[in-house]
Amino acid sequence: MKLEGSKRWLIAGIAIAVGVSLFSQQFNRYYLGIVIDCGISIILAVSLNLINGHTGQFSLGHAGFMAVGGYSAAKFTLVCSPLVPESMRPRFFLLALGRGGGIGPSKGGGVGNTTQRLKGDYLAIVTLGFGEIIRVVVQNMDSVGAASGLKGIPKFTTLGWTFALAAVTIYVVAALVNSTYGRGFIAVNDDEVAASSMGLNPVRYKVTAFVVGAFFAGIAGGLYAHHKQFLSPTGFDFLKSIDIVVMVILGGMGRTAGVIIAAVILTLLPEVLRQFADYRMIIYSLLIVGLMMARPQGLFTFGQRKKGAARI
Amino acid sequence: MNPRKRALHVIALLASALPGLTGCRGGGGDTILVGEFASLTGKEATFGISSHEGTLLAIEEINAAGGVLGKKLELKTEDDQSKAGEPANVVNKLISKDGVVAVLGEVASSRSLEAAPICQQNSIPMISPASTNPKVTETGDYIFRVCFIDPFQGTVMANFATNTLKAKKVAVFTDVKSDYSKGLAKFFKEGFTKAGGQIATELDFNGGDKDFKGQLTAIKSAAPDAVFVPGYYTDVALICIQAKQLGLNLPFFGGDGWESDTLVKIGGDAMEGHYFSTHYAADAASPKVTAFVGAYKKRYNGKVPDAMAALGYDSAKFLADGITRAGSTEGSKLRDALAATKEFEAVTGKMTINAQRDAVKSAVILQVKGGAFKFVETVSP
Amino acid sequence: MEWFSQQMINGLALGSIYALIALGYTMVYGVLRFINFAHSDVLMLGAYAAFFIAPAIQPLIPLPSVTGAMLVTLISALICAGIGILIEFLAYRPLRSRPKLTVLITAIGVSLFIEFTCQHKAVFGADTKPFPQLLPATDFHLAGLVVGSNDLVVVLVTAVLLAGMWFIVQRTKVGTAMRAVSFNQQAAALMGVNINRIISFTFGLGSALAAVAGILYALKAPGIEPLMGVQPGVRAFIAAVLGGIGNLPGAALGGLLLGLLETFAGGISGLSSYRDGIAFAILILILLFKPAGLLGKATVEKV
Repeated sequence: MKLEGSKRWLIAGIAIAVGVSLFSQQFNRYYLGIVIDCGISIILAVSLNLINGHTGQFSLGHAGFMAVGGYSAAKFTLVCSPLVPESMRPRFFLLALGRGGGIGPSKGGGVGNTTQRLKGDYLAIVTLGFGEIIRVVVQNMDSVGAASGLKGIPKFTTLGWTFALAAVTIYVVAALVNSTYGRGFIAVNDDEVAASSMGLNPVRYKVTAFVVGAFFAGIAGGLYAHHKQFLSPTGFDFLKSIDIVVMVILGGMGRTAGVIIAAVILTLLPEVLRQFADYRMIIYSLLIVGLMMARPQGLFTFGQRKKGAARI
Repeated sequence: MNPRKRALHVIALLASALPGLTGCRGGGGDTILVGEFASLTGKEATFGISSHEGTLLAIEEINAAGGVLGKKLELKTEDDQSKAGEPANVVNKLISKDGVVAVLGEVASSRSLEAAPICQQNSIPMISPASTNPKVTETGDYIFRVCFIDPFQGTVMANFATNTLKAKKVAVFTDVKSDYSKGLAKFFKEGFTKAGGQIATELDFNGGDKDFKGQLTAIKSAAPDAVFVPGYYTDVALICIQAKQLGLNLPFFGGDGWESDTLVKIGGDAMEGHYFSTHYAADAASPKVTAFVGAYKKRYNGKVPDAMAALGYDSAKFLADGITRAGSTEGSKLRDALAATKEFEAVTGKMTINAQRDAVKSAVILQVKGGAFKFVETVSP
Repeated sequence: MEWFSQQMINGLALGSIYALIALGYTMVYGVLRFINFAHSDVLMLGAYAAFFIAPAIQPLIPLPSVTGAMLVTLISALICAGIGILIEFLAYRPLRSRPKLTVLITAIGVSLFIEFTCQHKAVFGADTKPFPQLLPATDFHLAGLVVGSNDLVVVLVTAVLLAGMWFIVQRTKVGTAMRAVSFNQQAAALMGVNINRIISFTFGLGSALAAVAGILYALKAPGIEPLMGVQPGVRAFIAAVLGGIGNLPGAALGGLLLGLLETFAGGISGLSSYRDGIAFAILILILLFKPAGLLGKATVEKV
């Protein structure tokens, strides 16, 4: 499988996304919104998969990175948008997203560096802690609306942007992991000590995983902000991180394809089951327990590598 | 396997885009579909349940009297679970999937603020029964409310503190997680200092916290004459209980977020003697109030309607009145009719919609006595 | 000075509750090496159990009263012990041979399941219910300070239970078995210890403690709702880590420290809204600089 081949798929993916987007005015707004939500979930799940699945670092704070990206991008748009003429807006959006994505890695790097010595449970709790700290800090920053949230964000997110970026995310993560350098992630996941004795620097891999994951989560956050047009700190809490973690688990930690499908299903499911909204979270939590008991390797394993759930 | 992943991705994209091609809009026929979103479950459940019950009663009364423009009103209610993020989802669904002509909601300002831009963008009139934060109607010309706003409420309580409570120093204890609380606190402070009072100290709490002794002790040592707590009933009840335990025997007072029977159910005798401002008093002497209270009790097993119920009722009646005067349910016509409302006889008082689409009306101040809310005074704008 | 002393009292009362909850976390971690996320929900179940039992007891022994409170607490604790053992049996035991991550996620799932099921209107409903006054409450005024009798009860009960736990773990056969299992499960099994029974017992004990903590917490803040356990649970967990996870006195110390820190931070204008963040910051600092906790011993990882 040559790199050429996957690049072709990337271009195809972006082209289709932009193409479908041109017709998006015909679509029912409500359904369009859900489809965009799916796209955003895909980006979140795939980026978390790099950290949790491929590198085996159990991060429970992904929503924090999303929040950082979302708020940065939104603030940037709100501050700079009035200064930019109408025609420039779309290109401008990319800039805003870039800023959102750019802030993410610094936090990601911070988290990665801090957690390098921690394992399993402790790692999970610390990442949870980071996510919560980010939420609390945002909640107290009046410049981004504090607890009441940031509202009036212009609707820049379209189908095209979302899925084009999703294609980019998938490509980058997949290409990264399948490269020679990228095999290091999986090596660190399998056995850190063996990997370091083979000359790999586990710390660098873990930090890289966090940085890349945070970057894309930030992009997803920016897309989310310009889609919902409203950001609130409570929307980025522990439960949101769990939502994304469940997508990764359901899809099979480390399997990009499975994770994508899981992300789509888990975004569509609450909407489809809206009459049963009462029971949604109950079913959700039972799903988690059931999955762990019956099939911890996820529902969509295609027999690539014979492994159980990611180890610590 | 990049090709496989890519293929799956494209399939997933196409599959999820297919339903988007159907552009259906519900409603129509011989009913007028009205949307409602409220916090039927969760932290502020009593607000949502009350306002929903009031709205439902109004809709039923209107339909029993023949409906509006010859058609019956159909109410579609969605629960936002008192959670941020949910109002956006449910309102989107009400407008784009169900095709409602107007949206009634919400009580909590933060949740109204979330939904307002969506209604505005879609040119669907939104009527909030009880959101008092001024920013709600500032969102756009399709957003209305049938209650007073916090600058007014804050000033009412500031004057009450100065004139009736004779307080010179007041401590302000704000729920930092709530738009409503922060807004009301700000307006109170402005009004109180303008009237010559002094703010003894300002402390915060997080809505949902259970332990306030740390902050209450600090308030105690600042030795204020009274404490202003512009929060929601669950937190306020716990705060007053713990204040009593700490020996803080001062008058506590607040805004309409206190209005709930859960306040005394949880707070018990720690709530005795404290005051709050709200939109109406169930024991007021007006014939309209008496009729409403009677109808509500009959419909809901003897339950006494609180301000949220009255406002929910008023919002529905206000909408119906607007549709009748507009002669149509079309967005811009309905908006214009609603904006032109003058001297509308609501249960919560006579109201006129001003240029900011807020209702100009009076507030009442109630006191907790004997486990019930007793009328103290009315304050007109 | 008066302000300081009052805050000390407030902080100790709050900290004692955290200490009680932390005990449960630390015991389970010590024996099973995993964080039981569902612990905070047992706390909530304990409070609700008392909520329903109290009116049932009323005709026999009128409330508020000391004997009545003790009876209600005892029954609630027993019920929760049963629930804890059930959770372990259904959700954790089948996964004992699996990687720790799997069990952790399962624990999160169980916790969410309990929380959301209880929020459903057919069960408890998400609204806040008024908790009955179980104990006759009076306030003692000494030199300008106010000490609530409930606060005193909290500190007393915590101290007694702590001593009791220490006694069980250090001086009884069961306790020795618990300690053996926490050192090395396989070796303990080889020595004739019934692992399943000991683990069940640990869960039962921890859950009973959580139930008592839940009732004490509800006495302090008499509004109960299904998510009431989340916040104290997180704080208690941080307290357990702060003191050294697996270490009983450490859990107590951590709980008290955290309660004091939180109370003082709450009283400082401008800082009070950051309380959540402060707790987590403490956690991260501890894990960075002294991961074994204040009283814990660092373990060397064998390669």
